[in-house]
Amino acid sequence: MLYGNNWRSLLEAILIPLAALIFSLVLFGGFCAIAGANPFEVYGSIYKAAFGSWYSFQNTLIRAAPLMLSSLCTALPARLGLVIIGNEGALVVGGLGAVATGLALSSAPPTIIQIGMALGGMLCGGLWIGAVGALRHYRAVNETISSLLLNYIAIALLNQLVEGPMRDPTSLNKPSSYPIPDIAMLGKIPGSSIVHYGLIYGIIACAIAYFLIQRTTFGFAARTAGGNVRAAKIAGLPVGKLTMAICFLGGSCAGLAGMVEVAAVHGRANESLNAGYGYGGILVAFIARHNPLAASLVSILLGGILASGGILQRSHNLPDATVLVFQGLVFLVILFSDSLYGKFSIFKQPAPSTTIPAVSDGVAG
Amino acid sequence: MTTEIGLWGVPLAIIGGTLRGSVPFLFVSLGECLTEKSGKINLGLEGTLLTGAMSAYAIAYKTGSPWLGVLVAGLAGMALGFIHAWLSQQPKVNDIAVGIAMIIFGSGIAFFLGKPFIQPSAPQLPTFELGAWSNLPPVQSALKISPLLLLGLALAPLMQWFFTSTRWGLYVRAVGDSPDAARAMGISINRVRMLSIVAGSFLAGIGGAYLSLYYPGSWSERISSGQGLMAVALVIFARWNPIQCMYAALLFGGAQAIGPALQSVGVNSYYYLFNASPYILTLAIMIITCSPKKTLSGAPGALGSS
Repeated sequence: MLYGNNWRSLLEAILIPLAALIFSLVLFGGFCAIAGANPFEVYGSIYKAAFGSWYSFQNTLIRAAPLMLSSLCTALPARLGLVIIGNEGALVVGGLGAVATGLALSSAPPTIIQIGMALGGMLCGGLWIGAVGALRHYRAVNETISSLLLNYIAIALLNQLVEGPMRDPTSLNKPSSYPIPDIAMLGKIPGSSIVHYGLIYGIIACAIAYFLIQRTTFGFAARTAGGNVRAAKIAGLPVGKLTMAICFLGGSCAGLAGMVEVAAVHGRANESLNAGYGYGGILVAFIARHNPLAASLVSILLGGILASGGILQRSHNLPDATVLVFQGLVFLVILFSDSLYGKFSIFKQPAPSTTIPAVSDGVAG
Repeated sequence: MTTEIGLWGVPLAIIGGTLRGSVPFLFVSLGECLTEKSGKINLGLEGTLLTGAMSAYAIAYKTGSPWLGVLVAGLAGMALGFIHAWLSQQPKVNDIAVGIAMIIFGSGIAFFLGKPFIQPSAPQLPTFELGAWSNLPPVQSALKISPLLLLGLALAPLMQWFFTSTRWGLYVRAVGDSPDAARAMGISINRVRMLSIVAGSFLAGIGGAYLSLYYPGSWSERISSGQGLMAVALVIFARWNPIQCMYAALLFGGAQAIGPALQSVGVNSYYYLFNASPYILTLAIMIITCSPKKTLSGAPGALGSS
């Protein structure tokens, strides 16, 4: 009976988001039609640009890597009932930390530099969002607003550092930090021409996060506190420590995304770090219903949509903000779909009371 | 000319910047205040602000009438507010999450439709020249005042009066503080919240119109730098009181003016950090005013719970 229930609710958890995605595609098609583009050609172009060939799929995967990592910054704290949207800031700060560590270690062997950069990025991103958790716990500061404000502060910090103390004088039209040594850049995955190891980082991080939340006492404590803080406190769970720890972990994932962007794509810190992967990560986390494994799949989907931004502009004459409209539509429809859980009787376990009396009646008769 | 008044230019530029820069904060925070009084948070006012800015600019450019642009900006804000109000009142749907989605959707719509209007210049809103008595250009430019500033300053006490002295204000407060009691009084919670959110978004749309039609006075994708989001913090700081929203908006407008004011007298170091001062100030204020021991005085009882 329990098995049957699981089966039905699993189907519900897969079909409802899927239907929401399809419905938002239909809405988006209508939007494109109003804007004067043929929706079916637009769908075709998105598919072609995202998954049409091995090369374009690699392009998608490059974008999916930072999305996976940054989505954990929202997904992990969400299990504790916190809505954290400081992904962009943690990513930027993580990128800065990674560059600073990489430059400080520039004479060390490449592996040491890479490990150092990863740790530097994770530490900075983790402390950045960990501070949000601490403010939440000690001062009851709303974590959504404080993390959002920290995004703007992080971007100001980035601009200040790359125009001031970290500036490479040779970077003229786009102020940047000094580059990290070429030899320390993250390599490409075997069999691929452009996909870097950041994707592996993302997949591993999502897997670890899933294990941590679903299979450890720490994750169980976090989910308990997320369900009912008062009950968790009465049960003696250290809610404050949990809050800060899970915020630190989420932030360090986003910080690692910043490190990946620096060490595999840009080679230095500049305003390209602030490319919207943080905000994309929020969307990924919500579509995946804060499940890290689902987040890795949704990241690939969103990565594909982001990768199709260019082709929508070139061949359909749609502005680049089209992708943003689409993301917004998906987000709204997904949120609406939250209200549909439990509304369809087909996903409901048939009530046991209808069968058991029938059997006992039969025995009695 | 700046050299003639020397360092006096800094406070003068800050006063001028406050009068210019606080208007969007004023409208957005009053809109957010009305929304939150009814018990829902609208984090999506950032998107509303951008959509308002874009539609005001586009309409002013097409029709030549900036005031028509202001009106349409408000209406566009209402449309977004309607989506937010409807969606955030569905069962099991979190209003904060809807707000985040509305930021993405609203800014997407604004950038999508606003693309053709980045280049052309639209007619601007008129000004009152309160500095005409002085022959110093910095004084004259600091005391240029937009009619929307006066409108906003008049709106704050009006909204306070609405909350404390009118039947509808009582309805809004009842729905925000104790939905059960309101339901017992026979008030439709959905309708009151819908109207409050839509009216609040109307105000935020007008704040956006001010951005594109007065200061900075042109439409670009970077026109609103988080002012819609700061409104949420600002309302907490103002303890959900419209009069205090007005003071807070002036304070934030002033904080925003520090960076450019210092730059105008040649202090260029830490330019970006000074530009981030409104965010740092917001965060500092929240850290100081929030407390884990008790809920904030003045907070609507149902805020964030239903």
